[in-house]
Amino acid sequence: MAKWSDDEEGGGLPKENLHEMLRRMLRIRVFEDRAVDLHLASRMPGFVHIAIGQEAEIVGACMALRTDDYMTGNHRSHGHPIGKGAELAPLMAELLGKKAGVCRGKGGSMHLAAFSVGSLGESGVVGSMMPVATGAALSARLRGTSQVCLCFFGDGAANCGPFHESLNLAAIWKLPVIFLCENNGYAITTPQVQTTAVAHIADRAASYEIPGAIVDGQDVLAVYEVVSQAVRRARAGHGPTLVEAKTYRYREHWEMGATKPPLYRSDEEIASWRTKDPIEMFSRTLLNTRQLTEHEFAAIKLAVEIEVDAAVAFAEQSPFPELSTLFEDVFV
Amino acid sequence: MEAVVQAVCEEMRIDPRVFVMGQDVQCFSYADALGEFGPERIRNTPISEAGFIGAGIGAALTGMRPVVEVAYSTFLYSAMDQIVSQAAKSRYMFGGQTGVPVVFRATVEYGTSAAAHHSDRPWGLFAQVPGLKIIVPTTPYEAKGLLKSGIRDGNPILYFDDTTLVEERGDVPIGDYTVPIGLADIKRSGCDLTIVAIGGAVRHSLAAAHRLEAEGIEVEVVDLRCVVPLDRRTIFASVEKTRRLLVVDPAPRTCSVAAEVVATVAEDGPMPLKAPVMRLAAPDIPVPFSPGLEGMMYPTVDSITAAARKQCTRQVYGREMLSSERATFGTMSEPR
Repeated sequence: MAKWSDDEEGGGLPKENLHEMLRRMLRIRVFEDRAVDLHLASRMPGFVHIAIGQEAEIVGACMALRTDDYMTGNHRSHGHPIGKGAELAPLMAELLGKKAGVCRGKGGSMHLAAFSVGSLGESGVVGSMMPVATGAALSARLRGTSQVCLCFFGDGAANCGPFHESLNLAAIWKLPVIFLCENNGYAITTPQVQTTAVAHIADRAASYEIPGAIVDGQDVLAVYEVVSQAVRRARAGHGPTLVEAKTYRYREHWEMGATKPPLYRSDEEIASWRTKDPIEMFSRTLLNTRQLTEHEFAAIKLAVEIEVDAAVAFAEQSPFPELSTLFEDVFV
Repeated sequence: MEAVVQAVCEEMRIDPRVFVMGQDVQCFSYADALGEFGPERIRNTPISEAGFIGAGIGAALTGMRPVVEVAYSTFLYSAMDQIVSQAAKSRYMFGGQTGVPVVFRATVEYGTSAAAHHSDRPWGLFAQVPGLKIIVPTTPYEAKGLLKSGIRDGNPILYFDDTTLVEERGDVPIGDYTVPIGLADIKRSGCDLTIVAIGGAVRHSLAAAHRLEAEGIEVEVVDLRCVVPLDRRTIFASVEKTRRLLVVDPAPRTCSVAAEVVATVAEDGPMPLKAPVMRLAAPDIPVPFSPGLEGMMYPTVDSITAAARKQCTRQVYGREMLSSERATFGTMSEPR
């Protein structure tokens, strides 16, 4: 766990970094809130999987990377490129299928990619990007750069074949990958305890003789520290790490509109995790240790609201792609 | 195989982004190249097709040009999600932010009692995946030239080596040359019948054409060379000349590449034809082990010759076959 110090001269991150962490977490939260509203109002087509509640593990991990490091993700995809520093407007436009979307309207919610910030893509097929992340790390090794690849996947993906193949490959070749399991406890409606032969996903690291770490996914600084260690290891050529962030999604697996959600978790459980809201906890910590003032907090929140509102306005006003683009970008 | 290795090595010399990975590549195909390029660039993999095929894709997304040696074509299926949903779709889904410059090379072996898990001819299966280019060379010269084109193409390429052609010998110039992807090749000119063929069927079709020449039938053999993109122009130009078409494909008949060639000629090709189009393909069954059974599967010189003769003696397009004709000739490609 991160050692938090209220000694301003001591360890810990500079204030600007801490504010940026908070800012990115808020960006994800507000962006996702808007996405929910748009989807409920039938102004956003397709499937949408919301990451509210998981902001800390996303941002803590992403901010341990450089811009030129790589990242892959999964269907719960909006938070990852935001955490990596992608601009909001093209992401929101993509969710609405607009020409100005980051994927020119061709990908949508589950297939966001922002190559300019190293986001190599999100995938609608569980586990599908894990081998791809391994390949990005291999590429960095072959090119002799110090880049690493962060691979987000869920507890559900930890039981797929590609999980095993990717970790094994990364381990034998000592590739600079950080495999980060966003364990929110459920693969859609099925609890991890029913699907997984081990108690913790991180226990599987032993099968590949790589380090495994369990971290509180609601504590952004804890995640930052653990992933930073894994990144240092990777850059030094010591190979991959498996990090398991224990987290929770407050909303359903996917936005179901007016449909009653299936019964698989109790209101008490959801309420209990609500007391561990990552943004609540982090902002309170920063305020209590005087790394953030109320005024600064309000300013950050307001700026994020304005930024997201602008992204939504941009997206809604943007045109759809011309029909002629249907056949573009099949091949180079 | 030598042509293949020559192609890859030449590309590796001029382009540091190119590297090879696959099972046992250091011991088998690329053993002689290991000294020059080393084990990082000629990389043995574990038996993890989804893993290393996906890794090839990830490397391609981030600046490299991998050649992934898959061994038998059936092993591609273990990585179906990677090939279909990652390689083929990423450029399109991500709005052109990236290309996926990766070559997957697979051996297509059949007719050797390798049985059902080693004997597939899946070019038609993968042709149903938009976003993949599919190459099936038939001569050593083209094997090298098409592979070089594939490595340089910038798109995900499935490159199938039909091992019934492994004894083919031909001149392969040392040094740089390419054969364009997407162009079929007239391997033999003729005016009486067009045979469009793929893979090993090209060699048999040429042998059949040689026999038929003695009977006064001049056969034009069109070697497709590429399944995707399909060279419709060359096919149509040939059929325009001959007005008779036989398509020969060693893969299973239903929804085969042969079916696509027939459909495209029927829709857009030169009309009228002198006879209905015909295809010879394998039956829609898994490959049996017992040699006598397997021997019934694939188009042969004999079956192609008989089919070609039949195409050249059929009457006006659209006429129903007489029952006596059907009793004599039957249909060539159904299992009895």
